[in-house]
Amino acid sequence: MLRLDQVSKTFRLGAFGSRELTAVKDVSLTVGPGEVVSLIGESGSGKTTIGRMALGLATPTKGRITFDGVPVSGLRGRASHGYHRQVQGVFQDPFSTFNPVFKADRVFTLVRDGFFGSVPAARWRQKVEAALHGVRLEPADVLDKYPHQLSGGQLQRMLIARALLLDIRLLVADEIISMLDASTRIDVLNLLGELKATGLGVLFVTHDLALGTYISDRTVILRAGEVVEAGPTETVFTNPSHEYTRDLLAAVPHLHRRWDEPVK
Amino acid sequence: MTDTEHVAAPGVPAIAEPTVGRRRETLHFALRNKKVVGAVVVILGLLVLGLVAPLFTDHGPNEYVGPPAAPPSADYWFGTTTFGQDVFLQFANGIRSTFVVGALGGGLAGLIGMTVGFVAGYRGGLVDELLNMLTNIVLVLPALAVLIILHAYVGVTSVAMQALFIGLFSWPWVARAVRAQTFSLRSREFVDLARLSGMRPLAVIRREIAPNMSSYLFMTFILLFGGSVLMAATLDFIGLGPTDATSLGLMMNSAVHWSALHLGLWWWFVPPGAAITAIVGALYVMNVGLDEVFNPKLREM
Amino acid sequence: MPLQVDDLKVYYRTLRGDVRALDGVSFTVADGEIMGVVGESGCGKSTLGKALVRLDNRMKHVGGTVTVDGQTLPIADDRAMNRFRFTSVSIIPQYAMSALNPTRRIGRLVADLLDARGMSYAATRPELIRRLALVGLPETVLDNYPMELSGGMKQRVVLVLSTLRDPALLVADEVTSALDVSNQRAVAQTLVEFRDRGYVRGMLVVTHDISLVYQIADTIMVMYAGRLAEKAPSDAVVTEPLHPYTQLLIGALPEVGARFSERRLTGIPGRPPGLRNPPQGCRFRARCPLAVDKCAEQPPFVEVAENHHVACWKAGS
Repeated sequence: MLRLDQVSKTFRLGAFGSRELTAVKDVSLTVGPGEVVSLIGESGSGKTTIGRMALGLATPTKGRITFDGVPVSGLRGRASHGYHRQVQGVFQDPFSTFNPVFKADRVFTLVRDGFFGSVPAARWRQKVEAALHGVRLEPADVLDKYPHQLSGGQLQRMLIARALLLDIRLLVADEIISMLDASTRIDVLNLLGELKATGLGVLFVTHDLALGTYISDRTVILRAGEVVEAGPTETVFTNPSHEYTRDLLAAVPHLHRRWDEPVK
Repeated sequence: MTDTEHVAAPGVPAIAEPTVGRRRETLHFALRNKKVVGAVVVILGLLVLGLVAPLFTDHGPNEYVGPPAAPPSADYWFGTTTFGQDVFLQFANGIRSTFVVGALGGGLAGLIGMTVGFVAGYRGGLVDELLNMLTNIVLVLPALAVLIILHAYVGVTSVAMQALFIGLFSWPWVARAVRAQTFSLRSREFVDLARLSGMRPLAVIRREIAPNMSSYLFMTFILLFGGSVLMAATLDFIGLGPTDATSLGLMMNSAVHWSALHLGLWWWFVPPGAAITAIVGALYVMNVGLDEVFNPKLREM
Repeated sequence: MPLQVDDLKVYYRTLRGDVRALDGVSFTVADGEIMGVVGESGCGKSTLGKALVRLDNRMKHVGGTVTVDGQTLPIADDRAMNRFRFTSVSIIPQYAMSALNPTRRIGRLVADLLDARGMSYAATRPELIRRLALVGLPETVLDNYPMELSGGMKQRVVLVLSTLRDPALLVADEVTSALDVSNQRAVAQTLVEFRDRGYVRGMLVVTHDISLVYQIADTIMVMYAGRLAEKAPSDAVVTEPLHPYTQLLIGALPEVGARFSERRLTGIPGRPPGLRNPPQGCRFRARCPLAVDKCAEQPPFVEVAENHHVACWKAGS
């Protein structure tokens, strides 16, 4: 489905682009239908840039990104429109993803304006309510409210519901739970797990190894824009082959084991 | 990371509480802010005076209607000029043109500045660098000197034309500020979301970015308004005002020209000077007050 | 005893009435104790940390006392508190890293800070450099601008600064949450080291990350809706929590290796109550699977086992 081939991205900095910064270097990965792929890396590893490129929000400097064999980068106008019917994203900070000036349900209206102009209002309302039920939200709780009146978990689920309005096939989830409380994090993760069972592919971008392992089938570890290790999640975590992965795993705080205690 | 600024505000809004609209809240604070209320009263008072007063007379502002150089009296509230023109009538008409210059000049500068700023900030790259260059060129031009030359060579006949020239040269700082804000808002995730919803760039600017800056844009307009008024008064005073109009600056110009100061005709130049000071001063005070209204951190509890 | 808090109440003033962010909290921190304070957003944990050092202008001290080394702190009086800040109570605020003035070198910042406290930079410098070395920072960071340091380095600079006068109590408010895992670990271990060396005698580590605070804290205190839910040695909180809220919270944490396909974890349904008009009785009642009629009455915060305090009717029996 989604395929990245030797993708690199360089940013130009300074006056007239005199300096270059390589954010992503020769990254290749695939996400298939019904598959969750975790993209794990620390800040500055380029993981968010990869997500943005997959969504067509940024263009790679080198390499190819294809979706069902069709190049993603450089899509404009109608083609980009059609791509976003199938591929959508949810971002890290729910409070920044909602325009604070407007009511939160405006994100649904935007989807209607952009894709479903011909659907009558009553039908659309039904569709929205169905999508909200799909992410286990009560429409009355979240519709007609301002973002600051809702919790981070509710907002994040609304964004997933928004993506589901489009019958998407791939979801790029960029750190979608790092701003949430522990008590709601797991609900959002479980929701992704259920959607995966219906055939949705998910590119799950995160810095948290524990969250990454919980739902993903395959894991890609990034460092400074390069892939250091990739493979089935089970293998990467139980038998990491790269030293960096081992260091990362050693630094993760575990609930029942202290850092200096040996692994049981 | 859970305790972001929004969440950490421990008024963690419960779902059941009534919606207090943002606008209503702003209005609530605006009406309680002495600076804003005072400034609005001054400005509205002068505006009404300028709009209404000339309706009650059949004479034009420059007609010779009374005795020459008469001090303020019941017939001529602000006295008359050396030529017997009614100072009050000139004053009221002058306020009109002052507001016209402010609104048109400020509006035009705001429009150009915002357009340039939004486009440069949103597009970035080459477009940004070109627009930035243009902005910087206009910015370093000594606006007053250019305006003097323009007025002297082209000749300015109407208040509207004067406003046009002022507007054309006072937008650069607006463009710079709007560009910077657009830059930071553009990287916010709701802009990405709008793009994923198939919104076109112009719509993103108009419907997502601009509403987030509305308070700022409003305050910018107020400052531009005040700036235009001052600039127009300066030009009028040095004798480069519109030839076919009455304005506060022109009144002061003729007062000085005909030696009102030496002759002790204080009623000729004090009212226009005071009105300009009052309008510009009130606008700046309003700006400070609005800053307190829009910025919750400055609100006095 | 570095810290004793008795029935502390701190409200936030808002247009629509007081928000009872901290509603009757009592506990003590023993000599050399690191206490983790955890809970969901809006549970009052950050308010607690701030209240001990500096009330911001929206916060109102409604009742209760804070005692440090036997001296009662005038927490409602911003001026009188100046005498205690930095020397007996100190805080590393949540956004300390971005609070550093970007146009000044670190050395200048430190000099200004010491000057404001009536200390000489020249005389303190050797000790400062020794402590920077201890957290793995070279003397040259004093010549750097804040922008030139990474998040973890800045956090360590702030840690050294805020403990320079060996305060009795240090409040660390979400100091690790913006850091990557490896930096997180380094900063957390530095906190422990400072305690071991006696630079601070007691510490409140406010965080939402239970797994992290479990690594370093002696005691963990769980807060819910402005009150204490449970307080116990960290092993007891993690392995045998007694309050239903703590149990659910711990149950919701995925560990490395936990898989959705193997064992599904569950979150806590519902959300914390609004604190303008908090519900009567136990505030967790609406979300609690064990709630009974008695919970309409507020459960006392009592010691049910050695050093294990809990506020739940079901836990004591």
